[in-house]
Amino acid sequence: MGVLQLIVSGLANGCVYGLIAMGFVLIYKATEAVNFAQGDFMMLGAFICLGLTNPQFMDLPFWVSVPIAIAIMGAFGYALDLVVLRRMFGQSQIAIVILTIALGFVLRFFAGVMWGHEPISLASPIAGRDVRFGGVVLGLDEVMVIAVTIVLTLLLWLYFNRTKLGVAMQASSQNQLAAYYMGIPVKRVHSLIWALSGMVAAVAGILFASKGSIDPSIGLLGIKAFAAAVIGGFGSLPGALLGGIIVGLIEPFSGRYMPSGYSQIMPYLLLFLILIFRPHGILAQVHAKKV
Amino acid sequence: MRTVFKTSYDADINLFRHPQQMGWYLALIMLALALPFLLSVFALGEATNVLIWAIACMGLMILVGQTGQASLGHAAFLAIGCYANVLLQQRLGLPFLLSFPLAGLIAGVAGALIAMPMTKLHGIYLAIGTIAITILTEDFIVIATPLTNGVIGLMAPPIDIFGFEIDRYRTPWLLYYLILAVTLLVVLAYRNLQRSPLGRSFAAIRDSEISAQAMGVNVARTKAVAFGISTGITGLAGALMGHYAGIFNNETFNLIISIQLLLAIVIGGLGSIHGAFFGAAVVAMLPQAIAIGRDVLGRFIGGGSIAIPGMETAIFGLLLILFILFEPMGIYGRWVKIRTYFELFPFYRKDMFRRQKAYLKTERMR
Repeated sequence: MGVLQLIVSGLANGCVYGLIAMGFVLIYKATEAVNFAQGDFMMLGAFICLGLTNPQFMDLPFWVSVPIAIAIMGAFGYALDLVVLRRMFGQSQIAIVILTIALGFVLRFFAGVMWGHEPISLASPIAGRDVRFGGVVLGLDEVMVIAVTIVLTLLLWLYFNRTKLGVAMQASSQNQLAAYYMGIPVKRVHSLIWALSGMVAAVAGILFASKGSIDPSIGLLGIKAFAAAVIGGFGSLPGALLGGIIVGLIEPFSGRYMPSGYSQIMPYLLLFLILIFRPHGILAQVHAKKV
Repeated sequence: MRTVFKTSYDADINLFRHPQQMGWYLALIMLALALPFLLSVFALGEATNVLIWAIACMGLMILVGQTGQASLGHAAFLAIGCYANVLLQQRLGLPFLLSFPLAGLIAGVAGALIAMPMTKLHGIYLAIGTIAITILTEDFIVIATPLTNGVIGLMAPPIDIFGFEIDRYRTPWLLYYLILAVTLLVVLAYRNLQRSPLGRSFAAIRDSEISAQAMGVNVARTKAVAFGISTGITGLAGALMGHYAGIFNNETFNLIISIQLLLAIVIGGLGSIHGAFFGAAVVAMLPQAIAIGRDVLGRFIGGGSIAIPGMETAIFGLLLILFILFEPMGIYGRWVKIRTYFELFPFYRKDMFRRQKAYLKTERMR
């Protein structure tokens, strides 16, 4: 395997991490809460799409089931905020962290009951095909993952900085009370951001499922995405993608050039170093603690 | 309702608020001492397990409940305590009486050293940093295979104290008494910590870091000390866990254990020793309770017992969600509410324990 292919597969992995990390960052940007179940959201999105597409379940065409899966995850995110997280309004961050960890357990169990614990692969038209760029053979799935991620990041970034609702979301996180006074429906904004994050998770899940088989425990990938979000700078969308790509690239290269056993700890080692020397990430958004 | 009439300053920091309270706790200790005569060998093993978890929960409680720092890294310190204890016995030939406190000391020093660069972090970042510690430790055990025997694991030798051999299977009652003694010592240390200036500065940091700093508390150093004490106690629990389990490897102390520890103290009730015990009882006995419930249900329906993988963690997660939504103060908080209801009988109001909500302000500029 050439260095270029190593880079591309690393980039593709990194983009999936980046997309999951973006789900964290979206929620963090708007509600200041951290969703530890984001990895399980991704798993659920992937399984819903698989359940709609695969012949042994619903057997719908892939391009029909993708928007349905995204819509279901959006509705799921909205409903989750409406029913569960809205009650947590005004409680400490750690309470929400613990709540979402517990939610992850429940989601994993649900997926296991629904679709079993055996790895299944998604019947996706982009899986297992090749593209040629002047003599270099690349997987279509990997190229698709990278392209979709870049487009999605750009759209989300524009949304947060250029649209009225995006700015309202930032305002409601920076000061909830002041946002209320300015007439922003803070609660509905929170529900919308959970919906958006569920949709991003569904996209990440579908892309991940196109690259290989999935089982209910892939939600644990969320921890790696977490490392990615912190490395890039929690609260920054481009930072999440950057962090994801760094983690995605470190893994194959340290796996190739370092003794075995070290490659899997490298992302966390980097995370640890970043936390010590640059605690708010590469693209830091915190400047000083205010009283 | 009992009104304690305080006649000296010591009344504020006495171990027991009034003599009756001391009586109740003495009765509880008597019950604990009599347990080996009352329970079967299997139930005694479960009780021992609850006590070990209670020690670990108290360790984490000092950090989370007392100092207000979240940690998902305590499985790492359980592992450090466990491996240190067994390796000191096997490699250096130290007796248990020496290796056990040394294991706690090693875990404590490791915790304080790791905490030093991390005391700048708070909230979410601290949680993530401590997750990294757990994962790194798990992989490090595999990398250090010559010392730790990696994935094959180590066997804990039977404990030998002055010629008494303590083994889980041959002398379960001796193991129970040993662990009960350690538990009581840890409770006493925890209570004394709460009453000392150090414990007060922990609480000050938990309630407001900025006010604590204004009152002259060295925040960074106090947090590091809190980490050290907390991980030290957790290390003791880890050493006992090793002896209880008999054999352990890199996967014994994984992230799930860290999460379970944190969940246990939340279910039990943050900030109290009672909470640590209640949470430990829930976590340690839930698997058995589920197994028994499944058997009963299976017999009721008529088929064999129903086995659904992952059910245990799912029930645990569901329990936790319900607790956080409906009783954030945990089992002990509910007990305090019920007690207050009867103490003040006709005058209890619904919102008596309601806390003021804080509205969010971010530290980010964009």
